Formats: sequence, C-alpha cells, structure tokens
Amino acid sequence: MKQGRTLLGPYRVLDLSDETAALCGKILADLGADVVKVERPGGDAARGLGPFFQDIPGPERNLRWFAFNTSKRGITLNIETKQGQEVFKRLVRSAHIVVETSSPGHMESLGLGYEDLRSLNPGIILTSVTPFGQTGPRKDFKSTDLVATALSGLMSMCGDPDRSPLRFSCEQSYTQAGAQAAAASMIALHYRRLTGMGQHVDVSVQECLVVPSFQAHSYWDLARTVQGREGVKTPRGHISPRIIYKCRDGHISWRVFVAGQGGKTNALVQLMKDWGEPNPELEGVDFTRLDMNDVTQEDLEAWEQKFGSFFARHTKKELQKEAIARDIMLFPVNSVADLLNDEQLRVREYWTDVEHRELGAMITYPGAPFKSGETPSRIYRRAPLVGEHNTEVYEKDLGFRKEELCLLKQQGII
Amino acid sequence: MMTGHRLRALEDIRILDFGISIAMPLATKYLSDNGATVIKVESKQKLDVSRAYTPMAGNRVGIDRCGWFDMYATGKYSIGLNLNDARGRALARKLAVWAGVLTDNFMPGTMEKWGLGYEDLRKLKPDIIMVEMSMFGKDGPAAGQSGFGTMMQASAGYASFVGWPDRPPIVSSIPYTDFIGCWHAIVAILGAIDYRERTGKGQYIDLSQYEAGVGFLSTALLDYTANGRIARPLGNRSPEAAPHGVYRCLGEDRWCAIAVCSELEWQAFCQVLGNPDWSKSSRFASIADRKENEDELNGMVESWTAARTAEDVMAILQQAGVPAGVMATGPDLDQDPQLRHRKHFKMLDHPEMGIHAYQDSSWRFSRTPAEISRSPLFAEHNEYVYKSILGLSQSEFETLLADGVLD
Repeated sequence: MKQGRTLLGPYRVLDLSDETAALCGKILADLGADVVKVERPGGDAARGLGPFFQDIPGPERNLRWFAFNTSKRGITLNIETKQGQEVFKRLVRSAHIVVETSSPGHMESLGLGYEDLRSLNPGIILTSVTPFGQTGPRKDFKSTDLVATALSGLMSMCGDPDRSPLRFSCEQSYTQAGAQAAAASMIALHYRRLTGMGQHVDVSVQECLVVPSFQAHSYWDLARTVQGREGVKTPRGHISPRIIYKCRDGHISWRVFVAGQGGKTNALVQLMKDWGEPNPELEGVDFTRLDMNDVTQEDLEAWEQKFGSFFARHTKKELQKEAIARDIMLFPVNSVADLLNDEQLRVREYWTDVEHRELGAMITYPGAPFKSGETPSRIYRRAPLVGEHNTEVYEKDLGFRKEELCLLKQQGII
Repeated sequence: MMTGHRLRALEDIRILDFGISIAMPLATKYLSDNGATVIKVESKQKLDVSRAYTPMAGNRVGIDRCGWFDMYATGKYSIGLNLNDARGRALARKLAVWAGVLTDNFMPGTMEKWGLGYEDLRKLKPDIIMVEMSMFGKDGPAAGQSGFGTMMQASAGYASFVGWPDRPPIVSSIPYTDFIGCWHAIVAILGAIDYRERTGKGQYIDLSQYEAGVGFLSTALLDYTANGRIARPLGNRSPEAAPHGVYRCLGEDRWCAIAVCSELEWQAFCQVLGNPDWSKSSRFASIADRKENEDELNGMVESWTAARTAEDVMAILQQAGVPAGVMATGPDLDQDPQLRHRKHFKMLDHPEMGIHAYQDSSWRFSRTPAEISRSPLFAEHNEYVYKSILGLSQSEFETLLADGVLD
C-alpha cells in the first residue's frame, strides 16, 4: 500500500491497457490506488513506440510509456496461455477494477470476459476501452488517433478552409479515452460501494472525441448549421471572431468580447491608451453595451485589425503581464519550452522531478491535475521496468512459492 | 432525478453546483445522468453564461434555448438564488450543509465573497467536500485571470501543436480544455466522497484547468524535458507512418482520414488500389522511403481518393483492414451507424426547445445505464428544493419569492 493519506489507497486495479488508455491507470495510481500493469513477457508492445530517452530506442527508455504509467507496479504474464489465464484469475479475486483495450470479444475468447470475471469476483469492474465500443456495425473497424479524430467530428472544426482538416499533433484520443475511462470507473466504483456489485464499462474512443465535438452536432441539431473550419477564427453562429494573433515575438490568443464580457475588451482599449497608443475609434465603443447578435462580421474585422496592429508591436511577455494584472482575456501561444518556464506553473510547483536511476537521470514530469491538502495526487515512482514487481506481486500478494514461480518463468508464462 | 426503484450508480450523492459555462456543468452532468441529485444554483442577476452561447434552438434567442446549457444541465434541479441578499446566502449555506458536496468554477475568491468559501462552510459542516475548478488554480500570479477553454488551447500548449509546418499556429474552434478539466473533476468529486465515507473527513480540492490541460501533453513535454525537443505542428503527418493524412474525396469539402501504420497495412492498401505501378516503385518500398517521398505519395493517394466518396474510401479500406475514417461533420454524426447503434444521441422533448438530441457519454454501464432527462428551465425546481428539501413553509417561500431572493 502507498504511504500517507490517499484518495484511492484501498483499491487495486489490474491494467492490461496499451498506449490508447494507459492514462486511466495513471490517474488512479497517482491518487494512491495499487495499479498493477500486466504486460506480456518481454514487455508490452507499446514500449516500442517513440519518443525514447536520448532518442535511443529500448523498452525501458520509452518516454510515452513513462508519461502514462507512473506510480504503477509492473508484472509480466502471458494471458494467452491456459496457465496464464489461471494466474490472472487469482489476481482478479483481489482486484476492484480491470482496465483493458483488446479487440471486442478477445477477453471472452480467453475465458476472461466480464461474465467469467464476475463469477470469480462479483464486485469486479471491467473497463474496456476500444475504438468503437464492444458492439455495433463498426466494432471491428480499425482505428488510430487520426481516424478517431476524423470520425468524431473534432477534425471538422480544426484547420484552414483552403487545406485539409487537421488533427492535433499529439494523440488526444489516447488521453481523452484514458481520462474518461477513469471517470467512468469511478462512477462504477461508487456503485460497487453501495451494492457490492461490479459491472462492465464499455468505453468507445470515437465517442470520447464526439463528446468534446459537441458543437459540431449541436449546431446541426438545433440550428441546421454545419460548423466549418476557419483557421484562426472560431465560428459562433452568424460571426466568426478571430482568436489567434501575431505579436512581436510569436503569437497570442485573444478575442473581442461584448456584453457581459465586454469589460475585458474595454480593458484592452484602456491598456492601449495607457501605453500611449490610444485608438479614438475603439475608445468610442463601449463593448459592454453591445449585443453579439447585433455585431456584424464587418464590425468585428474592423476592430480586430486595430487590435491586431497593437499586438504586433508588443511581446508575448509584455502583453501577458498586463493581461494578468487587468484580467484581459489574452494568453500567449506557449510552446512546450514556454510551459517549462511559465511562472504560474512554477509558483504552483506543478512540475515533478522523477528519478530514473537506471538511466542515471532525473526527468521532469507534468504534475497533478488537481491539488488537495488532504489527499494529494502525486507521482509515487517512475513507470515500472518490465516485470519489475513480479516477485512482490506473485510471491507476497498471491502467495506463490519460489519453485512455482520458477516453473512459470521457464514455461514463458511470466 | 429518481425514476423507478432500480438503484442508480450515484443514487445517494447530493451536489450543490455553482458551475457555469462548460467545464464544471459538464462534470456534474455525468453525475446527474447517473443518479446524483445535482442542484444547479443561478440567479437572474448572474445567470450561467452558457445561456447566452450559440447555437440556440431554431436560432431564436432565449435563456432556456441554448444548446450548451441544455446539454450540460441534464437531469439537474434548477433554482434561482440571489446571493446579494443575506437571506439568499443563508439559504445557500443550508443547501451546502444538506448536500455535503459543493462545486464551482468561478474565479478564485468568488465563493468567499459570499461567505461560501471552504473555511466558512467547514465550520457549518466539518466533512464538507468542495471542488473548485478555475482557469489557473487558486493561487499564483495568474490566479485572477479569467478565460475560456478555446483560448486556453494557446496557454496550455495545444496551439503550438496544431497547424501546418509552413503556417502560423491555429487552434480548434472548441473550448477544448473544458473537456479535460471535467474528467478530473469527476474523479476528484467521487474520490473525495469515497475518502469521506472511509475516514469521515471532507476536503478542499483546487483544480486548475490549465494544469489539467498541460497534463494531456505529457509525451511531448517529456520529449522536451528529457531530449530538449520542442514539438511543432506536423499537419496530419506522423513520424512513424505514411500514408498518414486526410485526403480529398468526391463532393463538396468531403475528406477521408487514412493511416497506414504497418507493412501489412501498406500491402493491403496497395492491393485495394489495384497495385498500381507507382506503388511498386522503390521510392515507396519501405516506411523510410515513404516518409522520404511523402509529398509525392500523398499526391498519388489523393488522386485515388478524389474519384470516390469518403464513405466508399472508408468502406473499401476498412474491408481490407486499413484504418480509415470519414471526416465527419454535424450531419454525419447524426447519421453515423455506430453512434446510432450505441444510442449516443437520445431524442427528448424540452418545453422551450422542442424535441431534439441529447448526447450520452463515451461509456455504457452494463448494470446501471445512465438515464438522461431534459435540462430544467430556469428556477423550475424552486418549489421542490426550497419547500421539500429545505422545508420552508408556503408563506416563507412566498415572502422570499416576492422579495426577489429566489430569482
């Protein structure tokens, strides 16, 4: 058990997931749950994906693996074999949640489907994350992050109109699926506390991205409008405010607000005045008195052009400093390097240095998604090496004798 | 809201929710859809800002006609409560004690101004749980800055990943980071309730949407902290696969994503195309060759896709085991056979908005399916909450109503 007060200390999770949902177990493990990553002998295939520490490939140098497997223990087990399945069943008896990402029907074919697990442990929660869900006409479709982004509608709202739609250049279907699987597992865990009963939680990665793409469907459903992609502009009904601007040393995000939020726009006009760059035309507008429904795209673009030339004369830092002081909704376009230097994250001690003794390195990780004085979320240890906790889990937790373990090793089960 | 007698997953949970806009209402929506009693607090003076967002049903403006608000208030009890009146604040404290869990995503310090901060409420109910989700967290130099999830894509690093190598950064037009904070909020709320049941202790949780958003970029961040590499936008390309892109198809602005990730998939892909001569060229023999000559390759792929509908491209390639998917727009989502099979959208009648679609979550529970019911009208549940839950008499209720405390 993890030391100290923890949100999820009493719970054990068996994590069979690949890279597409590894974040689920990490969220629970950083909150104190005993998450045991179950990999095939030799290590999960996901360990083969880049990027790698110092760009040298190796199953124990994989940065993506590191990022989403912190605080977990790791064991190897070949659940494709009969004996492996028996060992897995022993593990299931003391577990609360199993997370897995195999193709629909695969766990059943191994005798490890929900009904099988339930007969061993009625409280077990089986959280299955697959591209399209366990049933339906597309359940066996092949998918990737790019394909999920396309089929969810997310891509339709991202990109320049003169080129193809775009995905984010970092796999958001993986992180969304992992986090949503964790949220769903927590709901099932609450029900388990109420009744002692577990259940099967069937997560669709496509739907994990349909949820944030809500507006694509909603504009169609309620207003028969197809949301398009307009590059740096964001379509909002009859107008499309611009939200990315060039500044002197990069880019910032800002947009014209009116009515209830119009004060934020007025505050920027005031800043221009205070910096000796007054704009009489903008000063003549009280943005709090305008209704977005009455603003035309033409008005908007005329204002945007004036604000834009102001931004172009100043740096990200200068603008951000005043934006914070005056609560103007203006934000720098941060690169990963900018994030590491960001004052807000530094002051809140967001970054966490994690020791990787085998690599002779400390690596800086993003920290907890939320802060709690009572039960902090934290990185207890780096991601497990291949089979790092075999002895601990099999001997100590399951009570295997050394000879039994040896035999299983020889047979390639562990 | 309770229906029938089958126990729902979160039946015993009560939440007093001051959430506005998207992030927190979205989190509490899922709790409500799964049986929690969620009381949504607003006032006429301080309506949830999302009531003004577009789209509005039928393009007609009204506080009970907004798609965003409607989607994220499903099954909640709506009350009006004027916190500028001392009697309103007293009622809020009573409700907080009754609920035991309080959520909001105001600017830090807002709840304290009303005497509803964690330290205030803890005196009334020592085991209270309070989860606050602000843009930048409760402290630090940026704590006082407000924002929206669309623009947070810039701060949190996303804009630096989205776009074309030869063009300035862009972002998606959705409030993306709201859809990150919400999942952590659900974990935090349910985890804190579990902890309280085990230990008797409540707690305060400070969730920064910025920090949650940054966390979803962990792979790229580690590539920087360990290797010094600064991630840049790649368009739709992948360092490990080609063809890997979104290709123009027959029709107006129709596209299909194709991701050929293995040698096996490349063989299958070529076969689907009828093994044209170009595909046998040494320029495309290995993944390294295909990456090297990716522009040319993409041109060849597009000359094949452009003569077919996106649906056909997807169907033919999927048949052959190659990952492919139509770039879906709103109407495509409406017709998507998989989403229909999973009943992702559910048609419900709303007194102001009429019959329209409500969205389910990404998960289905085998034992405790979510039950989605329409969003409430503003202050629709005043009578139920103030009289049945708080036990106000009819005359007390009428006086408060007449004095504008319940507006």
